[in-house]
Amino acid sequence: MRTNTALRNLDMPMAGYDKPESRAACKISATNLNFYYGSFQALHGISIDVYANRVTAFIGPSGCGKSTFLRTLNRMNETVRSSRLEGKVRLDGEDIHELEVSEVRRRVGMVFQKSNPFPKSIFENVAYGPRVNGYGSKSALRDTVEQSLRRAALWEEVKGKLHDSAYSLSGGQQQRLCIARALAVDPEVLLLDEPCSALDPIATAKIEDLIFRLKDSCTIVIVTHNMQQAARVADYTGFFLLGRLIEFDSTTSIFKAPARKETEDYVTGRFG
Amino acid sequence: MKSFHNTRRKVVNVVMLSLTGVCTLIAAGTLVFILSYLFIHGVRSLNWEFLTKLPTPVGETGGGMANAIIGSAKLLFLAMVVGIPIGFLGGVYLAEFAGTTTSFVLRYTTDLLNGVPSIVIGIFAYTLIVLPQHHFSTFAGGVALGIMMIPIAVRSSAEFLRAVPGSLREGAMALGASKTKALLTVVIPAAKNGIMTGILLNLARVAGETAPLLFTSFSNRYWSPGWDQPTAALPVMIFTYAVAPYDDWHQQAWSAGFVLLALVLAVNITARLILSKRGPVAH
Repeated sequence: MRTNTALRNLDMPMAGYDKPESRAACKISATNLNFYYGSFQALHGISIDVYANRVTAFIGPSGCGKSTFLRTLNRMNETVRSSRLEGKVRLDGEDIHELEVSEVRRRVGMVFQKSNPFPKSIFENVAYGPRVNGYGSKSALRDTVEQSLRRAALWEEVKGKLHDSAYSLSGGQQQRLCIARALAVDPEVLLLDEPCSALDPIATAKIEDLIFRLKDSCTIVIVTHNMQQAARVADYTGFFLLGRLIEFDSTTSIFKAPARKETEDYVTGRFG
Repeated sequence: MKSFHNTRRKVVNVVMLSLTGVCTLIAAGTLVFILSYLFIHGVRSLNWEFLTKLPTPVGETGGGMANAIIGSAKLLFLAMVVGIPIGFLGGVYLAEFAGTTTSFVLRYTTDLLNGVPSIVIGIFAYTLIVLPQHHFSTFAGGVALGIMMIPIAVRSSAEFLRAVPGSLREGAMALGASKTKALLTVVIPAAKNGIMTGILLNLARVAGETAPLLFTSFSNRYWSPGWDQPTAALPVMIFTYAVAPYDDWHQQAWSAGFVLLALVLAVNITARLILSKRGPVAH
């Protein structure tokens, strides 16, 4: 609740508007989201608007619910046994729980913390999404694979060995392969769950560069432990603590002039 | 006082170390002894004729066990046809779909089935197939061996499926694949080599079974005329020839034992090779 107020009071490019026509710029909105693992409540009343073609970062200490929240946005949390969700998530104004789950996941792609290429060739990894969703002829599939690898800035490195195992790639390349795989179904939103936590600084820089270029065609939500990373790549930043969204604002405001004491303590390194 | 304790400690150490060492030696030595003994006796009368000819009538020397080698192959083929689909699909259910209670019951029953003496499985197949048909058959023997394969096939398939990292399932489902689709296109292919290895080792295990065949495929001194007729098989031939009162039969039993062992060993080695090529899934 208070986050919305905080959000509206600040002079962000879009957040200040409350008129219906400006809602088009809101890609995903969550309202009053509560999430439970069994009897443990992991998320408390999260409400947030994620803006289209912007990078939104979630920061916060381990176990604060930022990944859990990310996974509610493409309904991945449904796979957890005895979990329960309250509240609404809207994608372009539509309740994602009223859409087919496969459609939600196709439109909202996800890249995980640890790169998880399938034990298949590089080509087959990228072609997996289009195949599962049943579109594309053989030649169209080849084009899609090339385009996705280009968008993930991996094409030049792998074009000569598309039929090698994905495991022959380095850690950073594997993560970019996973991004290419997610891009192959042309998602509107890309969720990145600590995509660089296992990568060295050079590989990290490549991914950040990629995020920057992808936001023209995608809305990006990234969870990160690394505050510098949030500061570098994100337009908006949300700070999570103990399952609550403490503050959500433009990245500059969060890092330079946080409204809440908890946020300030965290971004200045006083805890967490 | 202190030195007494030290000496005592050292003595206990030496005794226990030698004891465990000797036991290890006995365990490994048994295998080496069996293998070398079988090799020495088996190779002596192993020749081309043994592998390609039928057994000769009593009193005539020479002849071979070609019918038993082919018979064993047929029995194992049938065992695979029966055991693999049931074992594999049961394993898929156990690993992917069973709830806590079902999973416990399934594990428990497969353990029990695995513990059922093989001769009882033989009697079961006898009652089920041989009695209604009024004659022994290759088919009945294959079914008996297949039933013996089921528990291990279920458990090993389930174990290898569970070893596939959850992140691969998640990756597939995050791309819009249903649970079933993720299973068919990512999880099972990732576990494929492991599952095949489990099945091959399982096959090698039942290849040497004798008891279930005594009531089912029985034996045959000639080429088996068909799948619904009795057939010779290596383990049964070993049994028959070893207890017969003729020296040249004893010799042939050794050779048959050697051939069986060589086949089992070959299957075993193939299985290990497949497993070592399992790839980076388990990293």
